[in-house]
Amino acid sequence: MSDTLTGRRSVRGGVGTSVPRPDATPKVTGDFEFLGDMHADGMLWGATRRAWVPHARIVQVDADAALAMPGVHAVLTQDDVPGHRYQGQAVTDQPVLAEGEIRYWGEPVAIVAADDPETARLAADAIVVDLEELDPLTDLEAALERGEIFRHVPVRRGNPDLHGEVVVEGTYITSTEDPAPLGTEAGLAIPDGTGGVDLWGPTQWVHIDLKQLAACLALAPDQVRVQPCRLGGAFGSREDLSLQTHIGMLALRVDRPVKMVYDRTESFVGHVKRHGSLMHYRHEADRDGRLVRVDARILLDGGPYQLTSNAVIANSTYFAVGPYRCDNVTVDGYALRTNNPPSGAMRGFGSNQPCFAAESQMDRLADALGLDPVELRLRNALRPGDQLATTGQVIEEPLPTDEVIRSVASIPLPDDGSDDDPRHLPGGTGLTTPRDRVVRGVGFAVGIKNLEFSEGFDDNAEARVVLTGDGAVVHTAAIEVGQGLVTVLEQIARSTLGVSQVRVAFDHTGQIGSAGSTSASRQTQMAGNAVLEAATAVRELALARVGGDDLDDDGVWRGDTLVASLAELTAEGPIEQHVDYHHRPTDEPDEAGQGNLHVDFCVAAHRAVVDVDPDLGLVRVVEIAIGQDVGRAMNPQQLLGQIEGGIAQGLGHAVMEEVVLDRGVIRNASFTDYLLPTCLDAPHVEAILIEQPSSWGPFGAKGMAELPTMSATPAVVAAIRAATGRPLTRVPVRPEDIVAPDDTGGRAR
Amino acid sequence: MLIERPQDLPEALEGIGGSPHAVLLAGGTDLMVEVNLAHRRPEAVIALRRVDDLQTWEDGFIGAGVTYARMETGPLPALAELARTVGSPQIRAVGTIGGNLGTASPAGDTLPFLAAIDAEVVLGSRDGQRRLPWHEFLVGPKQTALTPGEVILGVQLPDHIPARQAFAKIGTRQAMVIATVNCCVLRDDDGTTRVAMGAVAPTVMRPREAERLASSEPRPSQAALDEFQRLVSAEVAPISDHRATEQYRRHAAGVLARRTLERCLTP
Repeated sequence: MSDTLTGRRSVRGGVGTSVPRPDATPKVTGDFEFLGDMHADGMLWGATRRAWVPHARIVQVDADAALAMPGVHAVLTQDDVPGHRYQGQAVTDQPVLAEGEIRYWGEPVAIVAADDPETARLAADAIVVDLEELDPLTDLEAALERGEIFRHVPVRRGNPDLHGEVVVEGTYITSTEDPAPLGTEAGLAIPDGTGGVDLWGPTQWVHIDLKQLAACLALAPDQVRVQPCRLGGAFGSREDLSLQTHIGMLALRVDRPVKMVYDRTESFVGHVKRHGSLMHYRHEADRDGRLVRVDARILLDGGPYQLTSNAVIANSTYFAVGPYRCDNVTVDGYALRTNNPPSGAMRGFGSNQPCFAAESQMDRLADALGLDPVELRLRNALRPGDQLATTGQVIEEPLPTDEVIRSVASIPLPDDGSDDDPRHLPGGTGLTTPRDRVVRGVGFAVGIKNLEFSEGFDDNAEARVVLTGDGAVVHTAAIEVGQGLVTVLEQIARSTLGVSQVRVAFDHTGQIGSAGSTSASRQTQMAGNAVLEAATAVRELALARVGGDDLDDDGVWRGDTLVASLAELTAEGPIEQHVDYHHRPTDEPDEAGQGNLHVDFCVAAHRAVVDVDPDLGLVRVVEIAIGQDVGRAMNPQQLLGQIEGGIAQGLGHAVMEEVVLDRGVIRNASFTDYLLPTCLDAPHVEAILIEQPSSWGPFGAKGMAELPTMSATPAVVAAIRAATGRPLTRVPVRPEDIVAPDDTGGRAR
Repeated sequence: MLIERPQDLPEALEGIGGSPHAVLLAGGTDLMVEVNLAHRRPEAVIALRRVDDLQTWEDGFIGAGVTYARMETGPLPALAELARTVGSPQIRAVGTIGGNLGTASPAGDTLPFLAAIDAEVVLGSRDGQRRLPWHEFLVGPKQTALTPGEVILGVQLPDHIPARQAFAKIGTRQAMVIATVNCCVLRDDDGTTRVAMGAVAPTVMRPREAERLASSEPRPSQAALDEFQRLVSAEVAPISDHRATEQYRRHAAGVLARRTLERCLTP
């Protein structure tokens, strides 16, 4: 034991600091091994044969020519699925490979394993797929009429006979959006020699993958180890399985490792989209602008398989009114089955579509009342103690709706823009637009979304904290998708333990239980709370082991005396604690959609300033200001990263990002034509963080990363409306919508 | 896949003559996209980057291997402006004027300049050279008059280069975007005006009526500019596709051509 008096050290890299990501440097230098970079000795390459029609009956699949090619080891179809032939998180309705019918453009029909990627690709092309084309169902009204309904969520609240004096109605469309992660789908499956398999694939929740993979591969759960992956982006697109079952089947069949990497076109058909939507709204208010009733019908395009549509439509329905009080509400939300691309999770998870419609309605209402749009929103802002307009749930946690609106409105507007640098003008380097043709507009929007899982789902996250002489290791199966969970968990463990030397070990499904999904803005609070509780227990155990009263990097202290270094403390063995954290239970909705369905909420407000060239319909977003509810800024730099990235994504859907569909066929399945904002399109961002600590999040933190995207889209559109006077009821806003708003020009949707 | 890497022009011409169906590779910014997306599987490729003769840019001759990066800093204002709109710096460092001609996309960004200036395309083979006016070389969307065994050596510009030049391009992003409409206007001091429009017809085209009008106006009035705009919109023949509607392109072509002409009129 040491008796040297050294004084207490404060922890480095704790909560509230902008400590950098541990993988920041390798990602910048190219040393980081992404999924697509993985290699195993003796591995084969997989490829997928797809059907490039939106709807067809499969007459025959003939693999003879492919199998006869040198270097081809296996060709598998739906008949070869060893176990359950369908996958899906909740309802398993998606065939692992097409079964009898093609239901969307690019649906996989067969898979191949071969010596090299080129041979695998040629063999996949050599598979003869004989199809009889069928009429695709791609129209939402038609799908509703035919009863192709995954889920209908009704909300009936208040008095159906109460009406307001001022009425505004509108129909709104949000097109299908792609999450567009830069890393395409990739995976590696390695047989373990005893009938099982280790599997790396793009995921946001290894344990939900495990459940599906074990069933489809006919293996016991402990025979499949779903490994944490190193992803190049997710945004929701990795919540559903893509190629995992396929590489698992191939690897088990040929008893060799199998790797598969999608190209960009395959990636566009290989992951889920944000649901396209068709929404009709009617808002009624009194003369002072107080909402009296809101009626809405929301149709979401689910594509052919259920995936997460049942939960997405719940969000669309419950957040149909936005962060406003209203006591009389009727909403009918429908998730519909079509032959458009499969839809699923994407940042905001069903809250974005109604946010566009409802915020557009609030602007219409402000206009009808002659009220300032900010004032109208403040008059209706949802505050703690109020009831959520749809479900009637009383807001019991901090919810700074008022503050986010006031803060964003208080930020000074950017200057008028006098410079002639073409990069700062609409049209950019194309030199389309002289400064004197530019019209400026300003728009506001506010968004609300739930945190964690809702509607009675028992939501949990496991974590284990292990303290040794080298510091602490945090074990979790939560997935780091680039969002910064690794840093936040380190920070929580450091500040809780008092020890700076902390690293996070991402475990596979055989090593630790579920941490739940990296989605729903949930891991900072869920995995974070599990780590907080485990680290708290480890600290108490450490103090108890040697009778100390404080722990820091030097070890355990009693008063001013260091009683044990970390090495001495853990000489007899590491100190560890495992925690399975659950948030407080939520209700299932009653038949009117009422109840305490959500555990918590988050809000943000955006103000967009745009420059528009009305003659050409070109838009440049000059600045977006945001007031963001964060609970507690755990890592200010990462938080700003989420805000800036989220704003770029929301801006993208406002003015360029659209999966162009033509009777179920994607016309722009490439980054040549699916345009993402470049750094010249990304606006200057002004952010104000509202820190009202959550009563239950670790150190007061809230999940927040979906909000920066949500109301960015309607704020940009509102600003374009302000500049041009066009109604703009559809996103993305295309140049022709500004130039000739009533002329859709024969384009699909 | 067989890849040849000739070191000089005679070797290149011999190689191309010997494998007339080999695919010619310059910057690869179009070809490699097609290869990577498995749209194209060339049996043989002849890579031309090492052929110094193709990099020549002197007097009115621009070698096929001249990159956008060089055009961007070169002496011709419209060529510099259009080069800046192409892709990212990485793409501009390798993409070439010869490749843009060879691909012959209706939206090719060098093509409005070449059409407006009435460039000739210089073609070579082991049997000799020939020159074709731009409109005889560009025969349709992604179709050229290049015959097997031939390579684009470069473009020959006329002796007289109009002093006033401007290029503009519409795309729904601030940079790195394929043209929805592009446009080049050249104007002489005597008022002679040449206009070429891209992405609004099967190949780049010249709105001749509009040109005649602008050429007849030493100092065009607002009314003349209105009429010029109307004529351009009337003369183009765009289609609707996933990038824009026919109606938008027709409207935008007129606006863009007028503004580009206005830039040439500004002292």
